[in-house]
Amino acid sequence: MRTWIIGGALAALALGSPVLAQDKVKLINVSELSGAGATAGTNWKNGIDLAVAEINAKGGILGRQIEIVHYDTQTNPANTRAAVQRAIDEGTYAVLGPVFSGPIGASMQIAQRAEIAQLVGGEAANLTAQNNPYIFRTSLSQTAAMPKLAKALANDVKAKTVSVVWVNNDFGKGGRDAINAELAKVGIKVAADISTEQGQADFAADAIKVKNANADAVFVYLNEEESARFLRAARQQGIDKPIWGETTLLGAKVIELAGDAANGVKGHVGLSVDAPVPGLKDFGRKFREKFNYASDHNGIKGYNAVYMIKWATEKQKKFDKKGLADTLRGATIKVSEEPGILMDTVVLKNGDLDRESFLAEVKAGKQEIVAVLPPVGP
Amino acid sequence: MSELIAYLIVGIATGSIYALAAIGFTLVWQTSQTINFAQGEFVMLPAILVLLAVKLLGVPIPVALLLGAVAFVLLFGVGFKRFVVDPMLPHGVLPLAIATMALAIIMKEGAKDGFSAEAQSFPSPFPSDAIQILGTAISLQFVMTIVVAFATIAALQWFVTRTRTGRQMQASAQNPTVARILGIPVERMVMLTFVINAALAALASFLISPIYLAKFSNGETIGLFAFIAAIVGGFNQVRGALLGGILVGIFDSLAAAYVSTSYRLAVPLALLVVIILVKPEGLLGRKEERHV
Repeated sequence: MRTWIIGGALAALALGSPVLAQDKVKLINVSELSGAGATAGTNWKNGIDLAVAEINAKGGILGRQIEIVHYDTQTNPANTRAAVQRAIDEGTYAVLGPVFSGPIGASMQIAQRAEIAQLVGGEAANLTAQNNPYIFRTSLSQTAAMPKLAKALANDVKAKTVSVVWVNNDFGKGGRDAINAELAKVGIKVAADISTEQGQADFAADAIKVKNANADAVFVYLNEEESARFLRAARQQGIDKPIWGETTLLGAKVIELAGDAANGVKGHVGLSVDAPVPGLKDFGRKFREKFNYASDHNGIKGYNAVYMIKWATEKQKKFDKKGLADTLRGATIKVSEEPGILMDTVVLKNGDLDRESFLAEVKAGKQEIVAVLPPVGP
Repeated sequence: MSELIAYLIVGIATGSIYALAAIGFTLVWQTSQTINFAQGEFVMLPAILVLLAVKLLGVPIPVALLLGAVAFVLLFGVGFKRFVVDPMLPHGVLPLAIATMALAIIMKEGAKDGFSAEAQSFPSPFPSDAIQILGTAISLQFVMTIVVAFATIAALQWFVTRTRTGRQMQASAQNPTVARILGIPVERMVMLTFVINAALAALASFLISPIYLAKFSNGETIGLFAFIAAIVGGFNQVRGALLGGILVGIFDSLAAAYVSTSYRLAVPLALLVVIILVKPEGLLGRKEERHV
């Protein structure tokens, strides 16, 4: 009798395991859960977790539950390369992350060689200029955002000169090059071009430089924690010129860390839970309920990444890693087809995105959307 | 000129915080002839404890500051002496130095895992606005930081040199054997030194965290600058730590302004190299000789 029970159990295991394995699809997220990019990476991860929980609760993708695994890159390019390779070796269906542009640039060739789609949070212009058909953004690139910003500085602020403060990494360099080119196009001169370091703790000297440059406006392009530190330093030095930025500067975490010093900051935001878009507002509410804080744009990006994979898989009606990338390239994903995408989104052939974006201002510690900007493309 | 004054004030303000941390190096050196490699983490952790008190106990900030400071002094003043220094010191200064390196890692990773890997906002006790003096915008927060740090160091100097307990502390540090013969409670004096070190670290933490934000990795920068400050000023002198801190702060600020933020750390390090070559005991330090 005992032999029968053991035999039966073994047979059940032998038959059951493949079925269980087939019931799941593995997604591995490789992001900055510690180090200088911890704020961005944690929001990205939480956005992913929210999307995975929702999709699994509704039956998964093509009937298969998502098994999500997170690896911490510590915001280190070498660790990121190792983690992306590990994710591929462990059979991930697509690579999620990272968020910082430098680590993306250091690791994207690995996913490309494996012909696996990599959905990233980076915004540096050069990421999608390398003919890599497997890299996909989850936000607008700098080349899409900066023209809108330069136009706003010229038309709304009437600025003739601007001080540009940027972080000396791939993200910052790309942003600085893009904004300087766009400022030149609209006839604005750069009064001070101030480079800062990733992870820099003290911005007092930079704020004094900005104050003494006495430009009509200040454009700040730093990562989250550094943005908050700069805003605090600007307040301490009594800078009273308009401070503008791109998405990160107006993010929830920056506003929280900078406190009163964030009030009055204006800029362009690609994604915001405060935008007058039902999907984004709904996401913001669900995120806060689950994690007890307000998501920044990186949370929305992580959430979008999972839904982009879901949409493309259901479109191709199978789990084909290479086909996933082929389906995403050039796709138009509408909210009416996939509500999880939150806003109608066009995926360009090079992996860039095009969709509506927003102009925002921080008022009384909250980001307020002041204008909706149309997509760049038709 | 007004630009230079602004950079100098910023340098003196951050330098005075480095000085508070650097004094910790000198105190531990005087009592145990070793270097506390966890000194930077000693400055990082009190702010985290305060935020934890707010989060877990829901107490207002002033109460949390008091709780955080008391908890830190007990854990890393009394506790550090009892559970790290006392068991290690009989085996020589090298095991103790290595133990402080291990402690630094434990404190850093503990803060990351037990609290958060992300930076957190830390309230400033002073207004963050700027005031105009002779055409120069001066941050009130920096002015107040300088006042508090200098007042604290002056009070410490007065305590050590002008009070009976302070002189007993000095005697215990200089020659514990003779101090015991004279009836000085050496153990108690050494413990007091570690308690003062922890209290100064807590104060430095509360002053720097509104500028740097509270984060588990803050100790790396602060520890390095404080270490440089202690060597530049003189490892065996409290007033040396003050001078070293101010010099390092000013060099750092001027380097960020006139050299480059990329190379700002190189300038204080260059100062360190010059001091080691020209005056190895530090600007205000005493020469120490050891017979082997």
